[in-house]
Amino acid sequence: MKDIEYAAARSVDEAVGLLAARGDKARILAGGTDILVQLREGLRDADLIVDVKKIPELVGLSHDAKRGLRLGASTPCYRIYRDAKICAAYPALADAARIIGGWQIQSRASIGGNLCNSSPAADSIPALIAHDARCVIAGPSGRRTVPVAEFCTAPGRNVLARGELLVTLEFPPVGDGEGARYLRFIPRNEMDIAVVGAGVWVKLNAAKDTIAAARIGLAAVAPTPLPATEVGAWLAGKPATAATFAEAGDRARRLAKPISDMRSPAEYRLHIVGVLVTRALAGAVDRARGIVIGHSPNGQEH
Amino acid sequence: MATKTSPDKKKTGKAADTTNGEPQAFKVIGTRPIRHDGVDKVTGRAIYGADVQMAGLVHGRILRSPHAHARIKAIDMSAAEKMPGVVAVVTGKDMPDLRDKMADLGEGTVNLAHLGANCLAHGKVLYKGQAVAAVAATSPHIAEEALKKIKVEYEPLPAVTWVLDAMKDDAPLLHDNVFTSEMGKLGKQPSNIAVHLHFEKGDVEKGFAEADVTIEREYKTASVHQGYIEPHVSTALWNHDCHLTIWTSTQGAFTARQQTAELLQIAISQVTVVPCEIGGGFGGKISVYLEPVAAILSRKCGRPVKMIMNRNEVFEGTGPTPGSFVRVKLGAKKDGRLVAGEAWLAYDAGAFPGGMIGPGCMCVFSCYDLPNARVDGYDVVLNKPKTAAYRAPGATQAAFACESVIDELAEKLGIDPIELRLKNAAREGTRRVDGPTYPRVGLVETLEAARNSDHWRSKLTGKNRGRGIACGYWFNIGLKSSAAANVNPDGTVTLVEGSTDIGGTRTSVAMQLAETLGIAAEDVHPQVGDTDSVGYTDVTGGSRVTFATGLAAYEVGLDIRRQMAARAAMLWECKPEEVTFADGVFRRGDKSTSFKELAGKMHQTGGAVVGRATVDPEGPSHGFGAHIADVEVDPDTGKVTVLRYTALQDAGRAIHPSYVEGQMQGGSVQGIGWALNEEYFYDDSGRMRNASYLDYRMPTAFDLPMIDTIIVEVPNPAHPYGVRGVGETPIVAPPAALAAAIYRAAGVRLRELPMAPHRVWTAKKMTNDEC
Repeated sequence: MKDIEYAAARSVDEAVGLLAARGDKARILAGGTDILVQLREGLRDADLIVDVKKIPELVGLSHDAKRGLRLGASTPCYRIYRDAKICAAYPALADAARIIGGWQIQSRASIGGNLCNSSPAADSIPALIAHDARCVIAGPSGRRTVPVAEFCTAPGRNVLARGELLVTLEFPPVGDGEGARYLRFIPRNEMDIAVVGAGVWVKLNAAKDTIAAARIGLAAVAPTPLPATEVGAWLAGKPATAATFAEAGDRARRLAKPISDMRSPAEYRLHIVGVLVTRALAGAVDRARGIVIGHSPNGQEH
Repeated sequence: MATKTSPDKKKTGKAADTTNGEPQAFKVIGTRPIRHDGVDKVTGRAIYGADVQMAGLVHGRILRSPHAHARIKAIDMSAAEKMPGVVAVVTGKDMPDLRDKMADLGEGTVNLAHLGANCLAHGKVLYKGQAVAAVAATSPHIAEEALKKIKVEYEPLPAVTWVLDAMKDDAPLLHDNVFTSEMGKLGKQPSNIAVHLHFEKGDVEKGFAEADVTIEREYKTASVHQGYIEPHVSTALWNHDCHLTIWTSTQGAFTARQQTAELLQIAISQVTVVPCEIGGGFGGKISVYLEPVAAILSRKCGRPVKMIMNRNEVFEGTGPTPGSFVRVKLGAKKDGRLVAGEAWLAYDAGAFPGGMIGPGCMCVFSCYDLPNARVDGYDVVLNKPKTAAYRAPGATQAAFACESVIDELAEKLGIDPIELRLKNAAREGTRRVDGPTYPRVGLVETLEAARNSDHWRSKLTGKNRGRGIACGYWFNIGLKSSAAANVNPDGTVTLVEGSTDIGGTRTSVAMQLAETLGIAAEDVHPQVGDTDSVGYTDVTGGSRVTFATGLAAYEVGLDIRRQMAARAAMLWECKPEEVTFADGVFRRGDKSTSFKELAGKMHQTGGAVVGRATVDPEGPSHGFGAHIADVEVDPDTGKVTVLRYTALQDAGRAIHPSYVEGQMQGGSVQGIGWALNEEYFYDDSGRMRNASYLDYRMPTAFDLPMIDTIIVEVPNPAHPYGVRGVGETPIVAPPAALAAAIYRAAGVRLRELPMAPHRVWTAKKMTNDEC
């Protein structure tokens, strides 16, 4: 590994200035759980690392029932699942934060970092898609907002341009009758990369027997995390029953275009998409009905 | 006789048994003293290879082949040599040319040209990750950057990574000087098949003709790695007087010394190997990798050179266990009596000949009294790292096949799987297909303990759940061990032995000396000596240390007792033979003195008392085990959850029951990993795609239940305390036990490892499609 410069920016403007000056030879350091490994293994290259954890706006979260959640891009994962109110309002996000790496990783790694690493198998991104999160991006020409569903462009690539930095993730406020769930499938029970991940958000009608609206995000089934928009649209107005969940699983399977690799054969991934969407929908609907779901390390219900 | 044990339950040493003739009551053996190296290990003070520091130290890194098979046309090191901070660059050409030289390494002979090329390639690379060149520099980062400046011109060749493919006539040929050795003759054409073994007893055709039921099945297993947590690490100092000292993580300091001396063609006395504390080996730290490379780098630059592998180098550059194809056919009468068996095994050896096919052939039917049997085995080279021993090397693949067929037979015959095994269990007098006849062994007692266990007698309820059982066998070897001990004036004893301590053997060996001297385990201070400070000792492998080095410690104890009796005789003015010794007290008539008191008078009676022993006991000591597994299979995903697991094993005598349990648990866990998810995943170009712990799926704590253990003690008549050795047997049974459990949970028989979720799901799907 070669010598690398390190700079700890104190403000968004300073970070943007450093990143703009060095272009793709500069890399952002948040929790560092991806970038440091990638630099060491020669998967990414950098002359300068810009540490963004000392920028107040990037660390921390603020939650307001009316305005929703603002999550600093470098906030470590444990801050999410340790906050009961956030767990209640954004349960798929909490599901994902709980299973990214182990405890040590979760004490450093951030949701913003997971998003910017832009792995097709990222655990947080399907949950962010399900929760309809938006990215606030700062750059040399000011700020812009991009839906998470449009953020990733290819494996390891995203819409961030030269000098740009993800500042916060914004989540809409949560109303009555909403629920969400993120599930991933791995052959082990922790410390593994998703074979498939499925994030689901639902809103039920007043009687809580019909799905009023739904959003689904999938991981590890396409070159980027995949918003299953058609399935979400199809679910609107359907009864919240096991048969509906199963058919949604089938429909999601038709959207997926997975590859075969060391983590799974493609055929199996396709099958698992259906299983996970079905199960995650059931979990999201349970939560929308006020049922508490326990947690096991692999994110599956007990 | 079976002792149900759990880690927190203390077992006293009072239990006596009479199975071995004389009742034996122990004061130290069977107790659980705190390990002597415990404080240093939990406080981080223990010196492992990576902790070695010294003045002037430089850092070595290795350039590895990106190709699975290629000819090296040219290596240009000039740019790397010019880099500031680089102090030495070497290639295979810096090692002596060792064509056709063989060396006896105690556990077997090795072709030095192959061993050398596995440390630094000569002319050709045979697997991705094979070492091609090495750099020493003033920092590891400079060394790594320098590797990028070495230009290697390759001519890529077609590669082969599956054993049956490598055996085909049109397969890419790895070596033009490897010919099939068969019945003492060499083939005429070069071949990837290095060895064909054949064993036979009885009349196999007649046996199968008598069978009422015959089952024949085929099994495949993937390459798996030992997965020791500590990567390989070595520091070498080639001193100006030409003496070479190596600090290293090894299972055998003496074999590391010999391999290094042979590879560099220097005198064995020119090399000192200092074994550091070792973070796991499981058979993978017997062959040298870094030692000779660090040595020639040090010779070139005149400074100590330290080399540490990364995890991906460990996966890609050091020995996994063979991938295998095994076909087993068994015939039985209606009453369950086995009448004939046939096995055909092909194991990959990796890039160089000399894999684990021998023990595979010897173990495949080792648990059963088969009147008629035939075994054929093939040692096959292909483009994967050279295989290394891995805990009962070769036995697990064979047992997966044989035990799975036994389970199918039990089902077909409608006989309980334990009863079928008991009916055919190997016992004293059973002759194995490869020749040897068993002395007193404990398979029957182990199976009876399994039948009587809480686990087997409990009812397994719930959907998608199933229970399986399987047996396992490993030889457990003898070989050479040395030890010496000094008596201190305060009555304690300092023990120096030659076995590197991987599984707590310092303590289990010290306990046998303590028992012999009638003193407390804490009063023996054991340490592992380097190659200059203790007599020749073979590797820590073959489950031999507590047995053989323990025997050496016992002999040291007898030697000290004789010398101490002579001191007592001097004080009491009598003949030494008139002094008796029992329970730590020397007596003659009404006179008596404790070991401790007598030690206090050592300097008035002639000075130091030094005991010594060197032993070469007859092995094997024969370790049998039986494992019971309960699983649940997710019907939608095929994922297997292990609900409950019990390992039973005949330990002969459990010296330190916690370590016996630890070995049984550790072996079970490795076997479970092998069974369910571990594998070397190769792409079409022969490159391993999962060379990290992220994607090489060893089980984590979340993937396992508590592994319950039941120690069975049928003392080994060939050891004074009955020790059999325990380390390897427990990895053998798990894949077959889990396959049987999965069958009962999900209705599908899996015949390929790993039994990963996608395989279980696919098998279920195929079964459903057929219906």
